[in-house]
Amino acid sequence: MNAPTPSWRLGELRFDDTTQPLSPEKHQRLVAALSAQLPADCLVFDEEPLKPYECDGLSGYRRLPAAVALPRTEAQVAEVLKICSALEIPVVPRGAGTGLSGGATPHRGGVVLSTARLRQILAIEPQARRARVQPGVRNLAISEAAAPYGLYYAPDPSSQIACSIGGNVAENSGGVHCLKYGLTVHNILQVRGLTMTGDPVVFGSEAFDSPGLDLLSLLIGSEGMLAVVTEVTVKLIPKPALARVVMASFDDVERAGQAVADLIGAGIIPAGLEMMDKPMTAAVEEFVHAGYDLKAAAILLCESDGTPEEVEEEIGRMKTVLSQSGATELTVSASEAERLRFWSGRKNAFPASGRISADYYCIDGTIPRRRLGEMLRKIAALEKKYGLRCLNVFHAGDGNLHPLILFDAAKPGEFEATEKFGAEILETCVEFGGTITGEHGVGLEKVNSMCVQFSQDERLAFLAVKRAFDPEGLLNPGKTIPTLHRCAEYGRMHVQSGVLRFPELERF
Amino acid sequence: MQTHALTEAQAQDWRTKTAGLLEDTRRQQRALQIQGHGSKAFYGQPMDPALPVLSTLEYGGVVAYDPSELVVVARAGTALADLEAVLAERQQRLAFEPPRFGGRGTVGGMVATGLSGPGRLAAGPCKDYVLGLSVMNGNGALMRFGGTVMKNVAGYDMSRLHTGAMGILGLILEVSLKVLPEPAARCTVHIACPRGKSIGWADQWLSEPLPVSATAWVADAASPQSDGGQGALMVRFAGAAAAVDAAVQRFESSYGATRLAEAPADAFWTSLRDQTHGFFRFPQDDPQHRLWRLSVPAQTPDLPIAGACLLEWGGALRWLWTNKPATEVRSAAASVGGHASLYLGSAEDRHREGCLTPLSPVLQGLHQRIKAELDPHRLFNPGRLVAGL
Repeated sequence: MNAPTPSWRLGELRFDDTTQPLSPEKHQRLVAALSAQLPADCLVFDEEPLKPYECDGLSGYRRLPAAVALPRTEAQVAEVLKICSALEIPVVPRGAGTGLSGGATPHRGGVVLSTARLRQILAIEPQARRARVQPGVRNLAISEAAAPYGLYYAPDPSSQIACSIGGNVAENSGGVHCLKYGLTVHNILQVRGLTMTGDPVVFGSEAFDSPGLDLLSLLIGSEGMLAVVTEVTVKLIPKPALARVVMASFDDVERAGQAVADLIGAGIIPAGLEMMDKPMTAAVEEFVHAGYDLKAAAILLCESDGTPEEVEEEIGRMKTVLSQSGATELTVSASEAERLRFWSGRKNAFPASGRISADYYCIDGTIPRRRLGEMLRKIAALEKKYGLRCLNVFHAGDGNLHPLILFDAAKPGEFEATEKFGAEILETCVEFGGTITGEHGVGLEKVNSMCVQFSQDERLAFLAVKRAFDPEGLLNPGKTIPTLHRCAEYGRMHVQSGVLRFPELERF
Repeated sequence: MQTHALTEAQAQDWRTKTAGLLEDTRRQQRALQIQGHGSKAFYGQPMDPALPVLSTLEYGGVVAYDPSELVVVARAGTALADLEAVLAERQQRLAFEPPRFGGRGTVGGMVATGLSGPGRLAAGPCKDYVLGLSVMNGNGALMRFGGTVMKNVAGYDMSRLHTGAMGILGLILEVSLKVLPEPAARCTVHIACPRGKSIGWADQWLSEPLPVSATAWVADAASPQSDGGQGALMVRFAGAAAAVDAAVQRFESSYGATRLAEAPADAFWTSLRDQTHGFFRFPQDDPQHRLWRLSVPAQTPDLPIAGACLLEWGGALRWLWTNKPATEVRSAAASVGGHASLYLGSAEDRHREGCLTPLSPVLQGLHQRIKAELDPHRLFNPGRLVAGL
């Protein structure tokens, strides 16, 4: 989670919160209308209890909303939406509030619609390999409920013990296993939801496809801007009989990056393929004592899963490729306990960073795998430029970077420098043919970077889609898609991706 | 049909010319039908045949291919056969096995229809492989969405929105596709079993960690087609050699499965993929028969509609030749949470019945507004996805 320093108010400068605080009369009408439809324990209006809702996992951006509604039924969600539509009050849907990009940051003149009380698992259907759940159900709770049937829900974001499936749908969350098993969008069959006007709508179906445009995929990852999710049907997949992980050390980060490309090039799709650089390894080793090689310039964790025969065969192939790619040491987990220990460091990269620095800022960009080495060099140069340290963890298999910039918010100017550092990394991602967010979403945090990644026509198309779903612009306004005015103000040009290499080629 | 591969300069010229064509069409308040090889013209809602054709065939070529990134970028007019030949040289493939009717089909048509073949069961559908695309809108502006990386959540997923949209939202110009390595091993087995049983079995196997990559149930020629006749369940395994071997051995001993040789097995799956299998020929005996494509949830039992049936995707995809009216077929599919599309029928039939199951009013409204927002002049393929859209 990003640095939880409550004293920041910098976010307010960046949040294009066009709403005004509700006038006392309008606030009265809102309170009266909501109180008529929802029981008192489902509503929050007072400042003190509103406080926990003023930010999500990106705690640098804070706003106190006018009200929070915590409906218990889909009908109550619909009522809240109808009331807000009628009063023209913006609504921010909120899951567990673990998002890292500020997508659930409230508006001062708006209502937060929390799914925290919609947390029932409605059905686990093992033979049909699916589960139907309410949006507030935690990601991990689905896999736990499916475990007795030998099934699980594949996407596993690091926040999976806390994050909700509704939030996963909003963000199209990934995780360490998405190289083989896909993101949220690959693992959802159907979503029941409500439009901003409170009309129920079903996206997708329990079948493999549905007639018409693929609005389900459009909804997934739309950061709560197109519809409010009230029920999710997820795919469950058979739990692999066995998983083992190879830990490989490299004496050079670029060689480790090349090894990633070599594995994929050899036709291997690991169940997980993660990389940590030396400073990161040192930080987590001190925290979890996983037994990492502290001399290595980079460590790769490469997982194989499947039947015992499959795993044995694949681990053999992985070891061969990794050795040929210059691994200085290879260890294969010998037991489930050891496998979990190897992973524990990677999964604890964020808290470990929190122990060695007052604050840290997690970046989330994606680049083509083959440019990992180049990117690491670039980050090293930026460390010097800004005089800040950066620890690197990557979902290397899919080129998704999570550089963690260390800073101290108490030191004047450090947060600003950190943000510039982060923005430069993201611009480099776009330049390399990648993207400004692999899995954390745009939210508020990366609205400016959207001006770099997308042209005006492209942003107009996004705004057109938004209008088609929410003509009045009341559902989570001001997030994700920057206005033309905002991009002009930001003053950064749209970067044509891949312009440095093969300028003669079209790239996107 | 060979791909007409362009240099970037020629591609730029083509885009300029096409933008001009769009401007003229807009000014004349007319519309266009987008076409590649035209091999899927039979599929979906027919358009006014008098609409001028915007052909993508001159806009072809593989723009970039990096096997270690598992990504290939190709222009809309690239012949699928040519693209697949390029991938095959590096032992890679399109895992969702898009159809190549009559050996034809282009990248643009593949994405616009979003059709997937037998491999879809385990590998996922076409849309899961579209990492990004560039489209031209009615103003001739070029827009790029998605990209060449696997994980990308910046902005709405326009790539998937265009996939299967039948070209109604804009002109797809270039597509970046995720490709996968050929599996280390493959083997197909054959099990004699009645139709109903094949569904239960397939569901059972798919809940276990088995390397099943495709299934199909095909009726025996001699068996009566109604009431769940006898037939053969074909199961393709793919993955690590050891895993495939173990699965085949288990199926031989537990289900009396017979192993097929590689060549006939490949020929069988290709015949399903490209629909050259005899099942897809119009039945001679009754010209009133139409072919329906039923997409139903897992674990759906045999449906009570008379007609010849072929099952794919573990029973989730059901092909049905029947002379029953559309309402009967559609309500049977809807009653189990699925939907039925009129797949092969006369243009008249497709006009009258509508190819797709009608959308709910809220969805229909969203479709109309999305079309109006993204193609306000209704330049592209009017009526091709849903009548009136």
